[in-house]
Amino acid sequence: MKVALFITCFNDLLYPDVGKAVVAVLERLGHEVVFPEGQTCCGQIHYNTGYRDECVPLVRRFDRAFAGFDAIVTPSASCAAMVRHHHATVAAHSGDPGLSASVAQVSPRVYELSEFLVDVLGLTDVGASFPHSVAFHPTCHSLRLLQIGDRPRRLLEAVRGLELVELPGATECCGFGGTFAVKNADTSVAMGEDKVAAIVGTGAEVLASADTSCLMHLGGLLSRGGSTVRVMHLAEILASTGAAR
Amino acid sequence: MSGSPGIRDPLPTFSGTPPFPEAARSALGDEQLRRNLRQATSTIRTKRGRAVAERPDWEELRLAGAAIKDDVIARWPDLLAQLEANVVAAGGIVHWARDAAEANALVTGIVQAAGATEVVKVKSMTTQEIELNEALAEAGIDAWETDLAELIVQLGHDLPSHILVPAIHRNRDEIQAIFMAEMAAAGRPAPADLSNDPRDLAEAARLHLREKFLRAKVAISGANFAIAETGTVMVVESEGNGRMCLTLPETLITVMGIEKLLPTWRDLEVFLQLLPRSSTAERMNPYTSMWTGVTPGDGPQAFHLILLDNGRTDVLRDEVGRQALRCIKCSACLNVCPVYERVGGRAYGSPYPGPIGAILTPQLRGIARHPVDEQTASLPYASSLCGACFEVCPVRIDIPEVLIQLRTQVVKQHGWRARTFGQEPVAMRALSTAFSSPGRLDPAERLAGVGGRVVGRNGRIGRLPLPGLLGAWFKRRDLPAPARTSFRRWWRKRPGAGGGP
Repeated sequence: MKVALFITCFNDLLYPDVGKAVVAVLERLGHEVVFPEGQTCCGQIHYNTGYRDECVPLVRRFDRAFAGFDAIVTPSASCAAMVRHHHATVAAHSGDPGLSASVAQVSPRVYELSEFLVDVLGLTDVGASFPHSVAFHPTCHSLRLLQIGDRPRRLLEAVRGLELVELPGATECCGFGGTFAVKNADTSVAMGEDKVAAIVGTGAEVLASADTSCLMHLGGLLSRGGSTVRVMHLAEILASTGAAR
Repeated sequence: MSGSPGIRDPLPTFSGTPPFPEAARSALGDEQLRRNLRQATSTIRTKRGRAVAERPDWEELRLAGAAIKDDVIARWPDLLAQLEANVVAAGGIVHWARDAAEANALVTGIVQAAGATEVVKVKSMTTQEIELNEALAEAGIDAWETDLAELIVQLGHDLPSHILVPAIHRNRDEIQAIFMAEMAAAGRPAPADLSNDPRDLAEAARLHLREKFLRAKVAISGANFAIAETGTVMVVESEGNGRMCLTLPETLITVMGIEKLLPTWRDLEVFLQLLPRSSTAERMNPYTSMWTGVTPGDGPQAFHLILLDNGRTDVLRDEVGRQALRCIKCSACLNVCPVYERVGGRAYGSPYPGPIGAILTPQLRGIARHPVDEQTASLPYASSLCGACFEVCPVRIDIPEVLIQLRTQVVKQHGWRARTFGQEPVAMRALSTAFSSPGRLDPAERLAGVGGRVVGRNGRIGRLPLPGLLGAWFKRRDLPAPARTSFRRWWRKRPGAGGGP
């Protein structure tokens, strides 16, 4: 199957290894990955902060880059939710019926990685091996907007050697929230510190999630606090095939 | 008259609350407040979860609740006229108030005409919204709050911080201290040997309030629901203190926001399931009082219903924002909100705190009609958009959707005002241009690459003396160093890398 990778601006610039991991997993499973060069950003930062006019050209560009693909896969639950739930609103805001029509075509074909693996490919075992203890942070947008439920957990449970540890209060927000993290930095940090305490309390070696944005926030707090817990995207774990490192 | 200098001091109000980030910062520093809130909200969250899980048809109830409320708004003028006609037919008197000032003047006039210098009050959000107690105090009328938590707030010269549990920020030691210090000035003193046992505290409040119930000639209430087809007004409560106010005095004044309307008696079937389970996590609230006009020889012989707009019809202007008018003030959204749990209610600068306050207050203050002040403009941003509030809302108000909608309003009104937004609008526009123009991503990449020069040993950027929003990130968090090679550069160098459908 030919799969278009929507890397997201965030991963492109800050976490390219996450993109490489998605490519590794999909190619290992025998699928052809293409990367439409015209892609940039889904517009979530603008949309969620109230800059709807500025969001319109980004939606237009997204649709132009991804038109014609049957499956568009992204390693971000948050960006997938933006495309599937809010691009139509932005298109309506633009008043351009052509944009609404293209959003109706493109948006439903966008899948978050675990959705694509579990629902489209029908897999939970992707042949990964990762002999470490992992706590999983199910992000708010993956739970409440995309409603991907336990798909990431099922994928992690099938990874050889991986010990999935229970994270208390897992469904509570980590406090990232996009521009909330800087506009309300004190509250964001207070939420994050409680989450970090829960993570450290599990004794897990690795904190994983389907969104690098939350991981950037939590990783930044863990690092500042001198913790040895590593943060990794779900894709990076699913791409691992090695023994203990 | 038992008024005293203490109780007559100017009452605290929400005016002057700083913008949310600042108000939150000082609240976050209060360890006692955070402990009290964490304890209280986590307890009620768990209980609500259990109460809701008992109803297999919960989702249908939510849908029905939303549909009934939307229908009310769609037929607002007709239903209000029907309510008025039925209240009048049952012997009540109906008044209309455009705003807080009109409502307060009406209440003051009615109390004075009844020859009263004090009133007892049923817990009411609407009278807090219009700052009725302050208006009555100015007219020399004592307004005694009789809901236990409201009493604690009033005696403590304090502001409420929760819709259902206004004194949620107080623990029992603090309540004991407030009763000991303040009850005497307001009426019957607390017993000298008062302990911090909840039973003792409740008994002290009971004795203190009983005097006021038996003496008062006028009571003031809000309303949870009013039924258009019958003219019946309702209050639901847990303590029975509301029932005392609603039945003992000669005159009853109800101040009701016009969105509290329900078309038919039958609609209560839905709302009397949704409200208690969402609010107090009970199957049914202990006291449900309903009255239709006046009944000769039984209860108050004069009933005044004041129908209050105070910005509600402005909320209608926004097709997305108007779903906030469905709110039945259950406070489920407060109890699940991770922001509320950490900063408490007073940071929101209005009697409506938490997620619902963040969408209701700006709309009631007219954000759809005119630019709002900086504190109001900060409220739609007081959320990480985690969506927990929408999940529990019994009338399915999509609070994150409305927050985002209001943010677009704020940007339109304040976007280029440096005082509120700093460099944000410039950055947002630059980012949009960089990401939407062909061939512009590389400059953005290079910009990000600059970060690579300040990277520490561990591949992370640590403390940086940056101003503004970036500085806010680094104060207590590190940042991973931007990659030296972006994904797309790596991809281009892959043999046979493809990009077309």
